[in-house]
Amino acid sequence: MSTAAAGHHDHDDHGPAKGWTRWLWTTNHKDIGTLYLLFSLVMFFIGGGMALIIRAELFQPGLQLVDPLFFNSMTTMHALVMIFGVVMPAFVGLANWMIPMMIGGPDMALPRLNNWSFWIMPFAFLLLLSTLFMEGGGPAGGWTLYAPLSLQGGDSFAFVIFSIHFMGISSVMGSINIVATIFNMRAPGMTLMQMPLFVWTWLITAYLLIAVIPVLAGAVTMLLTDRFFGTSFFNAAGGGDPVMYQHIFWFFGHPEVYILILPAFGIISSIIPTFARKPLFGYASMVYATASIAFLSFIVWAHHMFTVGMPLAGEMFFMFATMMISVPTGVKVFNWIATMWRGSMTFETPMLFAIGFLVMFTIGGLSGLMLAITPADIQYHDTYFVVAHFHYVLVPGAIYSIMAATYYWMPKWTGNMYDEKWGKIHFWVSTVFLNVLFFPMHFVGLAGMPRRIPDYNLQFADWNAVATIGAFGFGFSQLIFVYVIYKCIKGGEKATDEVWEGADGLEWTVPSPAPYHTFEKPPAQYS
Amino acid sequence: MSLTSRLSLLAVLSLGSFAARADINMPVGVTPISRDVYGLHMLIFYICCVIGVAVFGVMFYSMFKHRKSKGAVAADFHESTLVEIVWTAVPLFILIAMAIPAAKTLIAMEDTSDAEVTVKITGYQWKWHYEYLDSGIEFYSNLNAEHNAARQVGSGIDVSQFDNYLKDVDNPLVLPVGKKVRFLHTSADVIHSWWVPDLAVKKDAIPGFINENWALIEEPGTYRGKCTELCGRDHGFMPVVVKALPAEEYDAWVAENTQAEEAMIADSGDGASAAVAAVDDDREWAMDELVAIGEGVYAQQCASCHQADGAGIEGAFPAITGSAIATGDHAAHIDIVYSGKAGSAMAAFADRLSNSDMAAVLTYQRNALGNAVGDTIQPSAIKALR
Repeated sequence: MSTAAAGHHDHDDHGPAKGWTRWLWTTNHKDIGTLYLLFSLVMFFIGGGMALIIRAELFQPGLQLVDPLFFNSMTTMHALVMIFGVVMPAFVGLANWMIPMMIGGPDMALPRLNNWSFWIMPFAFLLLLSTLFMEGGGPAGGWTLYAPLSLQGGDSFAFVIFSIHFMGISSVMGSINIVATIFNMRAPGMTLMQMPLFVWTWLITAYLLIAVIPVLAGAVTMLLTDRFFGTSFFNAAGGGDPVMYQHIFWFFGHPEVYILILPAFGIISSIIPTFARKPLFGYASMVYATASIAFLSFIVWAHHMFTVGMPLAGEMFFMFATMMISVPTGVKVFNWIATMWRGSMTFETPMLFAIGFLVMFTIGGLSGLMLAITPADIQYHDTYFVVAHFHYVLVPGAIYSIMAATYYWMPKWTGNMYDEKWGKIHFWVSTVFLNVLFFPMHFVGLAGMPRRIPDYNLQFADWNAVATIGAFGFGFSQLIFVYVIYKCIKGGEKATDEVWEGADGLEWTVPSPAPYHTFEKPPAQYS
Repeated sequence: MSLTSRLSLLAVLSLGSFAARADINMPVGVTPISRDVYGLHMLIFYICCVIGVAVFGVMFYSMFKHRKSKGAVAADFHESTLVEIVWTAVPLFILIAMAIPAAKTLIAMEDTSDAEVTVKITGYQWKWHYEYLDSGIEFYSNLNAEHNAARQVGSGIDVSQFDNYLKDVDNPLVLPVGKKVRFLHTSADVIHSWWVPDLAVKKDAIPGFINENWALIEEPGTYRGKCTELCGRDHGFMPVVVKALPAEEYDAWVAENTQAEEAMIADSGDGASAAVAAVDDDREWAMDELVAIGEGVYAQQCASCHQADGAGIEGAFPAITGSAIATGDHAAHIDIVYSGKAGSAMAAFADRLSNSDMAAVLTYQRNALGNAVGDTIQPSAIKALR
């Protein structure tokens, strides 16, 4: 890792501080990036363990292992951990590591804020996870915390809300830092339309976060006062409206979906050109498509709520707006394929994960198009079909992009090549099990299995057993990922500065491993 | 035949068999709306398949042809305005073509006018209550008792012996065939969602609000569904069963049940209490009598939270066994069942239980489940509160 950084080209250059307090006090973007990524990896296994408890209970009909209330708390926690503890911190970690190096800046614009943004996270999750051991158990009303159900839980609910506030503060500070960095720290002469797409997608994501995290904070604060201070925002008996909670929540929640996928688009747009040895097709249209998706994400929220009894005109509007999203998303997929077209492709692990992303994200996108058709959505809503859909866009979507990014940039981070053979095994084993896990969920969902149920009719037994086998296979194959990362940190074939034959971008102009401080003098090629 | 055309033939064949399989696809259903919805579902599915075959076809062709190991040399193009306009415009046209039939069906779904029968459906944690507004018939619908026993953790009962495990109830909703039925959905506690796939009806039941929906069932039969909005611990255990009868049989059922309803006019009880419902609340009841009725009421109304043995679930649902309320003062014990506890899952049972049922279940709690207070709570005490 960066402890091995040896760059001594500059007389006042200094390495990291000695001892473990280095990680506590660090303001270095690479150290903080590493912290975020390791944190996210640990949470990935915690959230994954919860998913395995869910799948173990669903292996066969009948309740064998857990009480239904604990089951509900597992589905709730699994989602909160995976969204706020895995995907978001991993993207912030990648942003920390890569954005300064991609734009030729020496560090993030606000280094001390950066330290604080990270160190809030472990405490937020300690609070959240500790509720599992409190009287009444953890939150069990679903990650959306719909009122009035979420208000029925124990007093530990206050801890859940407090931890969501912590996560939100961390995200907003991280986003402000990213926006400030991108606008102020670019190499002299680098225009916005010269920035790598990962920087662009993160810039737009950061704005989405700044816009919607306060909305979530408002919604959960209203839950808090309804639960503990006698208000009736969402209590019909007191003149409130339970559906209003859903509107506010999804006004946050739908942009959140794109927060979880836009940085992934940026990663894939970096990797495919490298391994196709050909520039990204349609750079400008990629930027515009990202911006369009971000805009549309604010006006489609109620497509999560087609069964709550909206007026017909509202349902029509949200149906048409939702269908529109497939246009810019389609443009992106077509651009990536056109980048591959007539390239000179090789298939190292990052490229495999990028192609896995492209294929399976498209499957999830197509089932998303089906979900946009409101009359059909009313049948799909809250069934396993929806579970299949969003896991196809989030696991081989967001998670695969993070894995692709890890393999792609790890040689730059550690100075060592990862083990290509084990990387490829990791990809193939994961991909096979992932489809065994999630594809059958389409079938049981269409056949009528609701989501968030711990027990089911025998008609769903076979496919649930298959899905559970896939889940355990997928879960345990992630140990390969840990092994490859560990091995790469420890040593291996030395990486060149460029690492990949077709790589393009400022991050490949610095030595491997990247020295503790990079671009203290701005690069000259843009001025 | 080229490889591509062979593959696409295979895809078409497997799609054909997919469409016909009820265990992996949406049911066609038995209402005009459900057929329209199924048609939309298959249409958009086939469109997605065509898009998928085209996109993945080009992608995999490129991955096989344009690889470095085959000596491919990278071209240098990176934009084409024409191509980019085409692949923005074509999807837009497909979407417009899809939006028109979808909008038509949606408009039809929302038209609840001219209904001949109206049923008010109220969601409770965790059962449904049906009320026929035209005839006044009303009843609760609970999960089948055998299934309920089998689904407890560690019950040791093999659930594969039940044909409709978790999809059967004590009292199904009876509806006529060939008449437009309007549903009014609401809830007494948290949000539920009433779903019957064969009717393509899914609507949230929201406390304080009434949602509308409708169905016109064309074939007699039994149609099974579920609650689809997470509503707490036993969300997975509140099935919906609709029994559709031909019009004459339905009328006979209504007549029969309206009479039964009138016979027990003095009492609005359900299930276990029906036989004794007409008895005067003012007389002095014996303890054995109350405990016997109370046991049934407890199993239906209380056991899902407080557990069959009264032990509750620590931290979530208090125990009845040894509880200070259930072994203490009458007034406090009656009050928590009659009025519920605000801010918790404990509902008010004032409107849900008759005087005798409430007295019975209170007496049962005091003298069973490990408690032995030795006194009774009489129906007259409940009657005095009303």
